[in-house]
Amino acid sequence: MDRHLRALVLGAALATGLVGSAVAAKTTATIGMRLEPPHLDPTAGAAAAIDEIVYQNIFEGLTQIDESGQVQPDLAESWTISEDGLTYTFKLRDGVTFHDGTSFDAEDVKFSFERAKAEDSTNAQKRIFEPIESITAVDPTTVEIKLSRPAGSFLFDLGWGDAVIVAPESADTNKTDPVGTGAFKFDRWVKGDRVEISSFDDYWGTSAKLTGATFKFIGDPAAALAAVLAGDVDAFPNFPATENLPQLEADPRFDVVVGTTEGETILALNNKRPPFDNKKVRQAISHAIDRQAVIDGAMFGYGTPIGSHFAPHNPAYVDLTGLYAYDPAKAKALLDEAGDGDGFKATLKLPPTTYARRSGEIIASELGKIGIEVEIIPVEWAQWLEEVFRGGDFDMTIVSHTEPLDIDIYARDDYYFGYDNPEFDAIIEKLQSEADTDARNALYEQAQRMIAEDAVNAFLFQLPKAGVWDKNLKGLWANAPIQANDLTDASWQQ
Amino acid sequence: MSEARPRSAHAGRRSVFARALAHPSFLIGVSIAALLLAAALLSLVWTPYSVAEVVVSDRLQPPTLAHWLGTDAFGRDVFSMILVGTRNSLGVAVIAVAIGIGIGVPLGLASAAEGGLLDDVLMRGSDLVFAFPALVTAVMITAIFGPGAVNAIIAIGIFNIPVFARVTRGAARGLWSREFVLAARVAGKTPARITVEHILPNVASLIVVQGTIQFALAILAEAGLSYVGLGTQPPAPSWGKMLNDAQTLTAIAPWLALTPGLAIVFAVLGFNLLGDGLRDVLDPRLERRR
Amino acid sequence: MLTFVARKLGGLIATLVVASVVIFAVLEVLPGDPASLMLGVNAQPDTIAALRSELGLDQPAAARYLSWVGGFFVGDFGISYTYRVPVAELIADRAMVSLPLALMALILSTAIALPLGTLAAAGHNRWPDVSIMSFAQLGVAVPNFWFGILLVYLFAVTLRWLPAGGFAGWDAGLGPAFASLALPAIALALPQAAILARVMRSALLDVLHEDYIRTARAKGLTAGSTIWRHGVRNALIPVLTILGLQFAFLIAGTIIIENVFYLPGLGRLIFQAVAQRDLIVVQSLVVLLVASVVTVNFLVDLAYAWVDPRLRHGRR
Repeated sequence: MDRHLRALVLGAALATGLVGSAVAAKTTATIGMRLEPPHLDPTAGAAAAIDEIVYQNIFEGLTQIDESGQVQPDLAESWTISEDGLTYTFKLRDGVTFHDGTSFDAEDVKFSFERAKAEDSTNAQKRIFEPIESITAVDPTTVEIKLSRPAGSFLFDLGWGDAVIVAPESADTNKTDPVGTGAFKFDRWVKGDRVEISSFDDYWGTSAKLTGATFKFIGDPAAALAAVLAGDVDAFPNFPATENLPQLEADPRFDVVVGTTEGETILALNNKRPPFDNKKVRQAISHAIDRQAVIDGAMFGYGTPIGSHFAPHNPAYVDLTGLYAYDPAKAKALLDEAGDGDGFKATLKLPPTTYARRSGEIIASELGKIGIEVEIIPVEWAQWLEEVFRGGDFDMTIVSHTEPLDIDIYARDDYYFGYDNPEFDAIIEKLQSEADTDARNALYEQAQRMIAEDAVNAFLFQLPKAGVWDKNLKGLWANAPIQANDLTDASWQQ
Repeated sequence: MSEARPRSAHAGRRSVFARALAHPSFLIGVSIAALLLAAALLSLVWTPYSVAEVVVSDRLQPPTLAHWLGTDAFGRDVFSMILVGTRNSLGVAVIAVAIGIGIGVPLGLASAAEGGLLDDVLMRGSDLVFAFPALVTAVMITAIFGPGAVNAIIAIGIFNIPVFARVTRGAARGLWSREFVLAARVAGKTPARITVEHILPNVASLIVVQGTIQFALAILAEAGLSYVGLGTQPPAPSWGKMLNDAQTLTAIAPWLALTPGLAIVFAVLGFNLLGDGLRDVLDPRLERRR
Repeated sequence: MLTFVARKLGGLIATLVVASVVIFAVLEVLPGDPASLMLGVNAQPDTIAALRSELGLDQPAAARYLSWVGGFFVGDFGISYTYRVPVAELIADRAMVSLPLALMALILSTAIALPLGTLAAAGHNRWPDVSIMSFAQLGVAVPNFWFGILLVYLFAVTLRWLPAGGFAGWDAGLGPAFASLALPAIALALPQAAILARVMRSALLDVLHEDYIRTARAKGLTAGSTIWRHGVRNALIPVLTILGLQFAFLIAGTIIIENVFYLPGLGRLIFQAVAQRDLIVVQSLVVLLVASVVTVNFLVDLAYAWVDPRLRHGRR
């Protein structure tokens, strides 16, 4: 019987107990998502929402990233790397079929990567394929990839959603009718509302435990809360309203799992533009911000303070949060030293995420206390990309850099915050060719310290991944090493 | 609906003042308007707490003696925010209506006096503006110029122009065929002079009434725009934005969603009552309907 | 009558043409590029250029305008930049939420307002009138989005009778679909009903002061049957006019309410499309909204002309 009618008939108090027994035989799950994807082809768009539906569920790559962020075999069951690091030979799995019945072999790999690398490619991570010099299908289950230069993170990169294997027969229609090799096949997409998938009978690996799943798009945080409370969704892996987590934690029906993401949230400063080109001014700003207040006020206490551009759960992490402790007096003094003792006006462009908008209000108030008069300018993502990210037209902005291990952005030329330090570039260059883990970690540590010393940006907090789900639903990821809702292990516990 | 009834010198009427005193909704409306105005002015010189200051440790307090209406998610005093929000709402509404009157009334008067092409252009133009749902226009304006109070004023103001133009034109056209205007024409007065001397005074009360109603609508519109994030921007407090902020917090801090909404209802109700009252007070012929 | 219809129709078409040019021009200057947004922060310039040419964004503005408008005549609104499906399909999908919602609100508000307005007029200046009109005053002042929040808090968060947001979909059955539209429709209908009740009351009072009604009363008809036999029927004309005019307000209201309840309707689509710079969806949708408003006004004009032949011969 319909859930709402039942609630009406039996009354809210009774419903909870009865719903529990009524769903005993449940084999499907409804997953709540904040944003609807523009389309469903992960090789032709940057929207996280695409990967959050299709990654591992519908599409698979040669490698995959697991819950802990490690590289695992996927469509490639093993591989060898030549001595010079330039030739990768992948041994592919046998007996893999796409959802439309066509078989998977080395030619599909060649097709997928050449398509991503092509001139007219619309792959958002085209850089992954840039080092590829040639792809050879040696035999149906062997692929040899030659690189033009060593790429330390190549195997990891191939585990991204942007590098999944598609079939020539269906590549052009994947946007609306995705056909992959995953444990789930696409059923339908009700625009503006949900995407439905169901388990694929001819899957090469262990079949999914769920017979099907629905991804339901609920953008409004209040509606998300209500949907969870009403049982309209079984899980909300990225719950948008941290303020409601305590309430959900107290509710015995749900598990609330706060995990980590790769999202370093920063107050980015335009290092090329006065007065932010002055290190003292940047240091003053770092000292003026009470990170814990930002986390409490904007994230309702969820989030880990960071002191540099590095994820705290990474083994190479160094805690630099003490470097610029909250100290308005010192901040004021630093501004005086910099010759900006009378304060100045600055703009703060905020993209439309809740964390940015909320943090922005708190930071504006805090900077106001040391004499920096902040004008908040809310922008949409399209505008943010054009004006801030590509145009460099901004004083300050708040954004979470969600890509894993992305400290190398500080070495990129013309990156939007305009940091330019040859010493730092050298560290990143060494990292490219360094294979030894300890040596790499040491280099990462050096890099973290350098940008923290220079106070390139004000480093705020690591974005948490707050997942809420029915306590009987097991096998969902606690952390988000990449953007994904891998449901292949999800199941209902009895 | 309301129509201009030209006032001839011998209309037997009590004084406007006496009628006003005997009109309950007018009195209530005036009191509310005065109260809001006082609150807005007060917020210029004093609020219990600074609305710019974030005190995260004091966040989400229920109403107490220290914070009469509690605090929001950033620890700001809600009562102070409501006070400043009053100023913001009234400010936006005043300017938006002023734009409407300032441009719409002259257009309407000229159109009634001239007729012909000007009239056609005006009517077509106002059809065009009315054809765009107001919110859609606001979305467009803010997408281009960025959201903000000024752009909210422009979006609301644009819609007020044809409203006043049409109301003025409608009333003025009726007057042009009246005997006292015909007499003036025979006496050789120019259309411009007739408009200023005879037409405008007779449509003034109608404009005042319409202005009050548009004022109430403008408050609603500003709240709606700010609610969807297109109007007043943080850190400036506004009732609509406060409601938006409060929406996700209803489960843990329901009081936050209550007061800004009540403030909007209070203000809109007040100005609507004032408008209704003014109509009766300024135009006694309609009073028989009450 | 024919010339009258022709003139009105000409005005309608002119309005639409001007509106389409205005909206297209406005979107041209909108900052932000759909291709750049879709490809994110790591996209390389040549990738963005490739996508732009795939979307046809590298064509000159005039060519894009003409192909867009030209498509109208064959019902083709173009292909959405972000969703990559025909715009017409997208809009039709979303209209399946917005139109039923607007219709429910319209029916609900009429069902509330007409009896209350009649009751108020019948009990003119006595307690039914005073109390109904006080409520109407209050109803007009309540912002529908705030009313929506309160409804959600009461019926969804606290009582859990109805869903707080989202749309179950028509294929989920009529029950769940109507359940998800119930609160939004109520939130939309209340302020509308308040306005309509006031119009109904004053229209009735106007009619009741006409001479023929007085005559009817003098002939011995009771107040109740006078109102019913003469009053309501005649008062419906202004009420219907207001209903037509309220259509535009209802659409605007739907846009906000869909955001409160997170309904996948036209209102949310327009916000999403603007944010994603899916310009072709935005411009088609706006022209469609404008067209519907203009058409309703056109129909109201026709109805008026039908009733009052003097109007057919121009206003002067």
